Amino acid sequence: MAKEVSSQAEYYTASELMAYAAARQLQDKKSVFVGTGLPIVATMFAQRTLAPNLLIVFEAGGIGAQIRALPISVGDARTFYRAVIATSMHDVMSLAQAGYVDYGFLGAAQIDMYGNVNTTVIGPHDRPKVRLPGSGGANDVGSFSQKLIIIMRQRANSFVRKVDFITTPGYLTGPGARERAGLPAGTGPYRVVTQLAIYGFDEETKRLKLISLHPGVSLEAVKSSSEFEIIIPERTETTKPPTQEECAIMREIDPLGISLR
Amino acid sequence: MEVLKEGKGTPLGWHDPDENRQWVLQNKSRELKDKCMIAKQAVSQFIHDGDYIASGGFGHIRISMVIIYEIVRQRKRNLAMAGKTSVHDLDTLIAAGCVNRVEPAYSFGHELRGLSPASRRAVEGGQCKIVAETSNAGYQWHFLAAMMGLPFMPSRNMLGTETLEYSNAKVVTDPFSGKPICLIPASYPDAAIIHVHRCDIYGNAQIDAILVEDFELSRAARRLIVSTEEIIDNERIRAEPWRTVIPYFLVDAVVEAPFGAHPGEMPGLYYFDEDMMAEWLEMSRTSQGTKKFLQEYVYGVADFEEYLSLVGGIKKFNHLKKIEQLRAPQEAPWLKK
Repeated sequence: MAKEVSSQAEYYTASELMAYAAARQLQDKKSVFVGTGLPIVATMFAQRTLAPNLLIVFEAGGIGAQIRALPISVGDARTFYRAVIATSMHDVMSLAQAGYVDYGFLGAAQIDMYGNVNTTVIGPHDRPKVRLPGSGGANDVGSFSQKLIIIMRQRANSFVRKVDFITTPGYLTGPGARERAGLPAGTGPYRVVTQLAIYGFDEETKRLKLISLHPGVSLEAVKSSSEFEIIIPERTETTKPPTQEECAIMREIDPLGISLR
Repeated sequence: MEVLKEGKGTPLGWHDPDENRQWVLQNKSRELKDKCMIAKQAVSQFIHDGDYIASGGFGHIRISMVIIYEIVRQRKRNLAMAGKTSVHDLDTLIAAGCVNRVEPAYSFGHELRGLSPASRRAVEGGQCKIVAETSNAGYQWHFLAAMMGLPFMPSRNMLGTETLEYSNAKVVTDPFSGKPICLIPASYPDAAIIHVHRCDIYGNAQIDAILVEDFELSRAARRLIVSTEEIIDNERIRAEPWRTVIPYFLVDAVVEAPFGAHPGEMPGLYYFDEDMMAEWLEMSRTSQGTKKFLQEYVYGVADFEEYLSLVGGIKKFNHLKKIEQLRAPQEAPWLKK
């Protein structure tokens, strides 16, 4: 088993596995609201392989692009390459608020067990240790998308008991909290994909729950890379890794390794 | 309506709608007149120390760097700026000491290129104050309320988060649905700067790309400087009026500036100058480096034309055009560091 893992590890990187695993969460003929970084690569990969009719939505106004070259920004011209409309942020955000977005797809710096996400600040807000860019469209993607997918590096200081700042809403304090706050009903985090595993959220408690371990990753590694207790079901699966051909497609999408590094 | 929650952030550019109507009635001319001027005049006439300004486009896409650099050159001070996804425009102004207050949606970062060393230093060191937090839709609807002449726009974002707690929004019970709803206050920038593909001498402007927030921003701002890749005849505007995004009566100054978004992207015309972005990200790691960069590219040149020669002239722009049109490969020199 160990040998098999190391031979697999030779042909795909952690970022490639993350992008691949996240891409597989997207269903064809649905819409996805895409944030910057790995989500763009994963979405482009999905459109080229598993979900050719994926409707890709970018916050700055690009809708329905058939993306040919990797955009550096969620607002550059590549986000509306062969799109069906080059519109505005007001239009995109309104459509999302009105229910036209199936999946939200974001990166994150910190997350807690309810899927609340921080991209604003490390340390106190008035005396920041590290000032991060802030919400951007993340709060809106997390508020309006029916199912939110988060892709991020997992460490004990990124899977935390309490995020330093709730930039983007997960399930807030637990079941029913989103609706009580006034957020659109039935929305919320759906999957979290890290370099170690794929997680979902427990129906009853709305807490992070393991779905599958990536090849060669132990349950111990997952537990020790989190400050909070992850719900471990009786049965867990092993994440399907990309084939060599699928890796080649990802490298064609991001030949310089801008996101896949 | 009972206020359920109130963000502790300070509003930027809020005016009572009647007060703003009066301002518009008294100050915005409906006269069709030639508004062409050079960047130097536009900035000295319409941007003042202490103003709240907003930059169009999206962070480093279709941004009016010709005007941003001129603000730096004229050493404007104590400006507040909309962090409405503002990236290279804002980073440059913070680094140059022009902006000291921001309401960020997305700021202090260059997306895939990494965080902005200069802005981060200013925010973490306290020289640049965060007056409130918001999101991109939050900004969008700040401007939507303002352009509609309304005091606020109801929305369903930010609810339940610390983005809301640090925002300048309020939460009330919606009298129709009975659910909590967020109210985003109108925000009228004192001046906005927007770079477009073409406009006539009066300011009727066309944009061949996503509009981001510029439809709303152009209508919300009290003063509007439009910089343009090209000046076209008014006849062309009138032949296809459905292409006009910004009508002339919103515009106070028209500045003709080919390549005016450099080192940002101008959709369809030229891609990001990643060499320059890499140089900026490297130099701005220290305050000495920042000063050196600004001295070389801004204070040390007379105007934007001189700057364009300095950064590589027509050869450079032919290359950036090829990348924009997907005829040459992407470059990412900032990855090497």
